[in-house]
This record gives sequence, C-alpha cells and structure tokens, in this order.
Amino acid sequence: MTQTGDMKTLKVDGRDLSARSDETILDIARQNEIFIPTMCELEGLSSPGACRLCLVEVKGSNKLFPACLTKAEEGMEVTTDSERLVNYRRMIMELFFTERNHVCSVCVSNGNCELQVLGQKVGLTHVHFPYRFPKEPVDASHDRFVADHNRCILCTRCVRVCDEIEGAHTWDVMGRGIQSLVVTDLHQAWGSSESCTGCGKCVQVCPTGALFEKGKSVAEMHKRRKCLR
Amino acid sequence: MARICGICPVSHLITSAKACDALLAVRIPPAAEKLRRLITLAQVVQSHALSLFHLSSPDLLLGMDADPTKSNLFGVLEVEPQLARNGIALRKFGQQIIERLGGKRIHPAWVVPGGVSDPLSQQDRDAILAETPETLKITQRSMQWLKSVVEKFANDVDSFGSFPSLFMGIVKENGNLAFYDGKLCFVDATGATVADGLEADNYQKFLGEKVEPWSYLKSAYYIPKGFPDGMYRVGPLARLNIAQSCGTPLADAELQAFRRAYGMTTLSSFHYHHARLIEILYCIERMEELLNDSEILSTHVRAIAKPNALEGIGIAEAPRGTLLHHYKIDEQGLIRWANLIIATGQNNLAMNKSVLQVAQQYIHGEKITHGMLNRVEAVIRAYDPCLSCSTHATGQMALKVQLIGADGSVLDEVAR
Repeated sequence: MTQTGDMKTLKVDGRDLSARSDETILDIARQNEIFIPTMCELEGLSSPGACRLCLVEVKGSNKLFPACLTKAEEGMEVTTDSERLVNYRRMIMELFFTERNHVCSVCVSNGNCELQVLGQKVGLTHVHFPYRFPKEPVDASHDRFVADHNRCILCTRCVRVCDEIEGAHTWDVMGRGIQSLVVTDLHQAWGSSESCTGCGKCVQVCPTGALFEKGKSVAEMHKRRKCLR
Repeated sequence: MARICGICPVSHLITSAKACDALLAVRIPPAAEKLRRLITLAQVVQSHALSLFHLSSPDLLLGMDADPTKSNLFGVLEVEPQLARNGIALRKFGQQIIERLGGKRIHPAWVVPGGVSDPLSQQDRDAILAETPETLKITQRSMQWLKSVVEKFANDVDSFGSFPSLFMGIVKENGNLAFYDGKLCFVDATGATVADGLEADNYQKFLGEKVEPWSYLKSAYYIPKGFPDGMYRVGPLARLNIAQSCGTPLADAELQAFRRAYGMTTLSSFHYHHARLIEILYCIERMEELLNDSEILSTHVRAIAKPNALEGIGIAEAPRGTLLHHYKIDEQGLIRWANLIIATGQNNLAMNKSVLQVAQQYIHGEKITHGMLNRVEAVIRAYDPCLSCSTHATGQMALKVQLIGADGSVLDEVAR
C-alpha cells in the first residue's frame, strides 16, 4: 500500500501531476499519455539511459535529464517537448541512421521496426551527417536466428533480456564507442554458443532488423513480447 | 526482392521465390502453386493495362505527330474518356487482386520460399470472381478499339522494329502459353523452332550477356548464334509467336484472328500492343479457371524447409518477358552471388535496332524532325521497358537525340 507521504507532485509540460517517489518521469509521462521518444528502454528490462532520446528539461538546471532514469521529485517542473529537445532528438535519430546501414527498403524488419517508426514520428526527413556505410559482419551460424550487425543500434536490449529475464547472459558488448559490437559468448559464432538456450527473447526485443528469425518473410517479422510480462 | 521494381514487384517476387524453392529443395503445396499463378496473372493484367492505356494509348489515339502537351492519359481522357476509363478499370482489377492476395498493391511480401504466407479466403475469391465478367467485356471492347486504330498506322507498322529475329519465352509441355512454369523455347522469324525443352538450370549454356562500354544495360543473346546475330525478343509478342495456342477460348479466338491478320509469326514490334490485349484476355479467363478450382481455398499453402542446395535458379514470365533469378548461398543460407536476367536486357538489341529502323525511315537530310522524335519514343514504348523510359513526361520529351553524319560530325542534336 502506497503511503500518502511517498507521493510527489510535479509539473510536466505545465500539467500538475502526482507520482510515487519510485516512479520515473518516463513512467509518469506514459501514465498521462505524454509522448517521450525512447529506444534503449523497454518495459520489463532495466534502463541503461544509453540512447539519450528521452532527455527532458528540468527547471532550474541547464543539464538535460534522461526521463527513463530520473525519479520524480516534489515541485519538479519538467518540459518534454521544447525546440531544443526536438532538435536534439532528431539529431540523435540522424546519428542512428548514419552510424550503420539502415536502408528500410531492403531490411527484413521493414514495417516492423521501432527505429523506422520513431524516425517518422520525430519528423526525420533528411540526414545532415555523412553516412559511414561500415561493413559489419552478419552471423547466420545459429540454427534459427541471424545477427546482422549492420542494423544494430547498440541499444543493448538483447544483452539485458538475456541476462535479466532468461538468465543466460549469452550476449555482451565488445569494444568501445563507435567500434562497439554486441557479441555472443565472448565473440564466438552464435551457432556455436554453449550458453545460448535458443529462447529467442533477444530477437523479440530487438527494435530493428539486427536480430531476426530465419525462414520468415518481411511481412512476418512482427515481435512477440509477452516474454517480458 | 519485390523491391527491385515498382511495376513488376510480383514478377520479381515469384521468380525469386522459385529460385529460393530450389535452394530449399522443396515441392510447394498445390494450392500455393495455384495462388502464385493467380497473382502472376493479376500482375500481367495490371502491367499490360498500364503500358497499353496509360502509356501507349496517347500515341495510338492522338497519332505520332500529336502535340506533346496533349500526348498523355489526360489528353486521352479529353478525346475518348471511355477508353481511358477502360484502362484504369483493367489496371485496378489487377492491382486489387494483388492487394487481396498480397496485402498491398506495391511490393507485397506474400509470396515466400516454399509457397505463400496466407491462404485465400472464400470472401476474396468470390469478390474477384464477381468482377471477371465485366473485366472480360472491357477487354473485348478495348480489343475492338485497338483493331480499328491499327489500320491508321500501316506505314509505322513496317518501320517499328519490323525485322527478323529470334523470339524466346517459356511454354507449357503442350506448347501453350505459360507465365508461371514451363520450358524455354526459341523460335526464328519463320516460326520454326530453333530450340525447345530448354531447362532454366542450363541457361548459361545458351543465354549470353554482353557488356557494352556505352551502356549500363547488358545485351542478352542466344549463344549458338553468337553476338549480335543471336538477338532475340521476349515479352507478349514473343510469347504469342512461340505458343501453339493460349488454351482459353476467347484468347485463342483472338490469337487466331491476330495470326490471320499478321501471319503465324509477327515480326513488327508495333504489334506488342495487340499481343498485350490478347494476353490480358487470357489472364482473366485463366484466373476464372483457377478461382473455380476448389483447391485454391486450401489452407495448406506453405512448405517449410531450410536451405538444402547451395545454388538455385528460378524462371517465370514477367509482363515484359522472361525473368530469371540465379542465386548462390553459403552453408549458413547467406546469399553470396546473384545474377538476374531481366526482360528489358533481353530486348536491348532489338530496341536498338528498332530505333535505327525508325531513324532510317524518318530521317531525311540533316535535321531531326518532331515526328521522328515521337516515333523513337513510341517504338521504345512498344517494348514497355519500364516506367521511367516509357512515360510521357508532361509537355516534353525526356530524350536526347544526336544525328551524326558519315564523317562523325554532329549534324543535329535535340534534347528536351
């Protein structure tokens, strides 16, 4: 039972809202149908605050705060939709698209991709940065799944779901910065992994076409996320 | 693979799926094969309607010397609105079937290796069948119109790619018209069979692809005759020149009339238009047959398998001609090599020769005339190479023509 004393009152985009002290700004926004874009965050998994798409402004601070990690505080005044935030979000989306090879028309996840949907939602019409066009590996050694690193945005959802829900911890992150790569069993071929249980949760939480099921057509690549409930 | 083309996505999808069936080494369920045949026919109807009505009917109705600002579908709507409506109705018929089956009109993903992803519902079957009688009537009315206008182009018919060449296409075992499955066959300008019963798996033995330094488009040729003598044509005219008959009553009656009018082997590419209408008639009749087969409603529409062969070849007839996909994969199923032979590449030599023929007929002196420019466009359009090459850019022609004298100097140049 929640104690009344635990409740916080705050303003989000000028609206007076209340929240439990353990709730984040993102939780409150979602409860009140205020849209804040997210990518690395997924309900049911821990949040690393890595993608920076959910940054919001808090009155009294010049810093931007990730809504997925920032807890509600008494008297807080939050802005989720300023011009500065919109510009930053679009810039982050552009960086996602330029970092690897995200070509929707030839992607297995076309029509079932969170990056694609969010790009449309934040009004991404052009990319102002030069594309890198890296040649990333494609690991199809697994019997049922494929990892195409060209389409990975390093959200690490696969790493977290494998560790936190399945308990196998097959996935991890190798390298640093732009050279980072999600790997299985300390960079062994996925098909030879001894820790992978073949549950497919990593595939189901992947927001893009980086992890996908073999033998399915583009129209059938929808994600099944009941494993997180 | 549907993404390769916005006009023929279904044809690429079908051919690609057939190549993938070979990689999986599966026999697809009978209902899946019938459904694939159905969507192939719908693709042919919509694409042929687009070519004949939206793109070529302005030339045929308004004449080769018409004002470029009027020479488009809107010009046709002004002069003969019912003709334009017929074309739109035929294209809509084909597109709606593709949507009913594949979920969307452009780039559906319903055709998959091993079959199709979803069965046909009785409701959709009945809805398509309800539209076929009227669509047949529209096609027959359009046929009457086309026959009446062709007479006006007697001079053009003989200079619109009218020359001897080989013709290639796939035919059924009984020699009849085929779109989905069959053996490759070559006939010559007299209609004599040059080679038949050819397996697509051996295509590299008889189909050569020449790369020319001045073009991105490869020129396909029949290897035993060499380059460029092995020039051959594909598409509606080639298919009708090769087939014994269509195999459906209305289309066969029209095919006989076509052969009575132009001979057993029709050499002028002008008649690609007429061949398209005969094929539309065939497609609608064949669709009715398929839809009246109760097996088409079977829910067993997909065979599941993993890659079993490392190389696969698929072949089918696209609206513009024979389409071939050839893939090589590694043991993980990742594609390592691919070759596609597209109808337009196979017609490349014939299209070039057709432009030459039009130029020889209509270039007199040192100036390029307006009528000659229109005819260059129109003869290319007869082959229906693709939308970008064959559309009427409103009010202008998207083409550059140089007239080069015997000494190599440029006598005249027109770019619009």
